[in-house]
Amino acid sequence: MVKPLEYLTYRGGPGHWSWLLHRLSGIGVFLFLLIHIVDISLIGWGAKVFNRLLFLYRHPAFRVGEVALVAAVLYHALNGIRICVIDFWPETMAFHRKLSYAVGIAFTIIYIPTAIYMLSFIVK
Amino acid sequence: MRGAGNPRPESGLELYAWIFMRISGLALLFLALGHLLIMHIIHNVDNIDFQFVAARYATPFWRTYDLIMLWFAMIHGVNGVRTVLVDYISARGWRTVSLASLLVVGFVLLTLGSVAILTFQPPMAR
Repeated sequence: MVKPLEYLTYRGGPGHWSWLLHRLSGIGVFLFLLIHIVDISLIGWGAKVFNRLLFLYRHPAFRVGEVALVAAVLYHALNGIRICVIDFWPETMAFHRKLSYAVGIAFTIIYIPTAIYMLSFIVK
Repeated sequence: MRGAGNPRPESGLELYAWIFMRISGLALLFLALGHLLIMHIIHNVDNIDFQFVAARYATPFWRTYDLIMLWFAMIHGVNGVRTVLVDYISARGWRTVSLASLLVVGFVLLTLGSVAILTFQPPMAR
């Protein structure tokens, strides 16, 4: 069992951070999925009920959460590719650090413009 | 030195779970990212409302898309959280309780979501 503080002090390198971020993003996306199923299922009760719910989703706090959700899904997806690459081509373990950094770089390149674009809807 | 993810299990249910995580992950790469792109970036909650969903669900294509994505995402998520629970909860009783709760919540919401996707009746033109 790893204590919370050890996450900050344990020097596992980029692989350790990839592992931690993969877990956290996965749990985050899963929790959102649970809520998302409940809210979308309200559509069965008709237009009035469903549209009344939308004020929640249009709230700025939710919009910021939505930008964070995209970060979680995108990171989990890119890091998932890295996991599959190492699983199916074990010889790539030789440069596993570089793969972790590549995920970080790809994430940054895709996410920053996406986040700016999404945030521009809230600000306008 | 440990590889990415969990080492591949030898056989049995754990091996199938391992394979499923990779297949569903690959499918979700396109399904979930496509969903985010369409519903949260190209369209977004400013212009999504009941009418939007009704128009989208008028044909079977997006229902099928959403249903496949829902099942892959839920089973992928439940199995992922199972791994985390098993990692951190070692007391036998608590582990059983947490895993059972996870399964119940996953099953109930998978059913709720499937019912919502399959039974939704778009109102006639109004």
